[in-house]
Amino acid sequence: MIMRTPLGRRSLLALPGLVATASLLSACSADDSPEQSTGPVKLRFLSLAWQKESVEANKAIVAAWNAANPNIQVEYVQGDWNSVHDQMLTAFEGGDAPDILHYESAAIGEFSGQGYLADLSGLLPADLKGQISPKVWDTVTFDGKVAGVPFLLESQVVLANKKLLDAAGITVPAVDAPWSWDDFAENARRLTKPGQYGVAWALKSPTNRVMNLALNFDGVFFAQDGGKTVVRVGDGEKAVPQRIHDMFYVDKSAAPDALGMGGTDPLPGFFAGKYALLPGSIYLRQQMVEQAPAGFEWVTLPALKGTSQNQAANPQTLSVSADSKAQKQAMQFIATFLDATNMAKLAHGDWLVPTGTDAGKELVASTGGKQGWDVAVGSASALIQAPFQKVAAYPEWKSKIATPALQQYFANKISIDQLAKNLEDGGKQVLG
Amino acid sequence: MSISGPKTKTFKRIGQYTALAGYLVFLAFPLVWLISTSFKDPRELVELHPSLIPRHPTLQNYVTAFTEQDLARSALNSLIVASASALLTVLLALPAAYALVRFRTRLSTPILGWVLVSQLFPFVLLVIPLFLILKAVALTDTRFGLIVVYVTWSLPFALWMLQGFVRGIPRELEEAAAVDGASRLQVLRQVVAPLLAPGLVATSLFAFISGWNEFFFALVLLKSPELATLPVTLARFVGVEGIARLGPLAAGSLLATLPSLVFFALLQRRLAEGSLAGAVKG
Repeated sequence: MIMRTPLGRRSLLALPGLVATASLLSACSADDSPEQSTGPVKLRFLSLAWQKESVEANKAIVAAWNAANPNIQVEYVQGDWNSVHDQMLTAFEGGDAPDILHYESAAIGEFSGQGYLADLSGLLPADLKGQISPKVWDTVTFDGKVAGVPFLLESQVVLANKKLLDAAGITVPAVDAPWSWDDFAENARRLTKPGQYGVAWALKSPTNRVMNLALNFDGVFFAQDGGKTVVRVGDGEKAVPQRIHDMFYVDKSAAPDALGMGGTDPLPGFFAGKYALLPGSIYLRQQMVEQAPAGFEWVTLPALKGTSQNQAANPQTLSVSADSKAQKQAMQFIATFLDATNMAKLAHGDWLVPTGTDAGKELVASTGGKQGWDVAVGSASALIQAPFQKVAAYPEWKSKIATPALQQYFANKISIDQLAKNLEDGGKQVLG
Repeated sequence: MSISGPKTKTFKRIGQYTALAGYLVFLAFPLVWLISTSFKDPRELVELHPSLIPRHPTLQNYVTAFTEQDLARSALNSLIVASASALLTVLLALPAAYALVRFRTRLSTPILGWVLVSQLFPFVLLVIPLFLILKAVALTDTRFGLIVVYVTWSLPFALWMLQGFVRGIPRELEEAAAVDGASRLQVLRQVVAPLLAPGLVATSLFAFISGWNEFFFALVLLKSPELATLPVTLARFVGVEGIARLGPLAAGSLLATLPSLVFFALLQRRLAEGSLAGAVKG
């Protein structure tokens, strides 16, 4: 059972009204940074960690900080992903925002644009800045302002049933020699036999996955044309959806029953040996460890390669409220919270990829690269900022245009050319 | 002359009970599944062919839910807030509903219409102004502030519910009591109140369940972890993209469901009692 909260993270219907109200009210508020405190301070830290290990790691780091820094005490407050957007919008407008906020790069651009977040560029310590790739810093930089410190990344990989791979005589690719999409399609065909499908593509919400993986073939979907953002669907954009579609309807190596499933829904079939390969997020490894039946052997395959292994980076971030009277102290806490050892602990707790290079090394060393940690850390270098992440109307285009069109295409109701036309025409309608 | 014999009547009765049993199973299934899930270990939750009865029942989900989150305190917070808001809502709605029905003026209908219109605003539009108002009177991060919000939110609908029940009480009963020498207050206490019992029960159930289940205002208005209500605490078992820790969430959700069930079980008899009392007196 999944409890649904009354408001989604992006309650699209309600949000325009909320933002309008917020904007009206923000016109009355001052833009200037508040006077900064130099004495003892108490910082409120809203964390979205929710996995047991991750919450424990968060609390332990905060406790250690509080013991070592009596003049900068941090109060740990647990939030939740599904309602944080509306919660924060209210808190920012009400002048009651936490000093430090955990969120993600795709969402903090809006907050930064409305002046709710402090520009961290002048506060960042050089060693923390140097640990993280400039490509990842790009995802949190808006109009030249650094709106957050990126610390956890998610990549798309393929999980495989090791016994079925062995039975089919397929070897596991090394981290530096990933399968191409052609290899993947060929191996999925070899793994398909009566009662068993090569792959389970869970495509209930296909848009983000297609946008991410399309970067493998340089498919970017959004382009600039005379100062306007437009949607363009060429060969690069068509490559990934077409290959997935062919696995369903040409090769018949993709399980049709998985098509309408969400991220973790295919796990029962995967554990039962019904599907051999499961493309999905790197965090699915946690479900393997916690929920796989005794004796089930699984491996994490490196991200697939087209012309590159590129995928979109949408890191989790730590930001500082523009209203905070202790921005410097908040940054000091963040720098400690995200040192290599702590970042490795946080990544381990959430089964995600640390942004810091030293944290990645430490994680591979402490785990021996097992349970897919070598693949996870190795995938970080291919995570880049994608054009769709900077398009303000992307959520609307995604829900109104792209998701229905992709669902129709993957259900074999329209052709790839019709898909391209629907996406482009829908882009004109939404982007203006 | 009836054409149905005893046999036909028996078949009809069997059919009725079968249909009723089917309906009950349909209604109870989500709760039964919730109970079943709360006793399953993580591996059993992802079996290809799940069973209703856990194969290896475990209490671990309950232990996890109660040790990782302070569910007991959250339940107490929810109970305080929901009970207080239900009580205040009924206390305010009752005289207002009575006055609107019994003392009709040209403004009565517009007032009722206005009350209804107030329900049309999506609460997400109200939350920021509400937050600012409560902050100005130092009522954010307090249970009392949340109770005020819940009462404000439930009152219009409660008023509408109750005025329907008041309208159903024959005015002649009150007039008869007045002729017998009862004061206005005695009429209200000894004649109207007992007849309104079903309405009061229904209204208080509505207000209690609204307050017990409400999530967003509680999330936004209460920032201290020790004040969090049950829905806010339960949301911590849900992560990104709808992925949840099903076992502890089911265990916690079952706890969240029980008070509503108990509250309803205790009061549901009163729903019928009052109307019967009214019929006899009428």
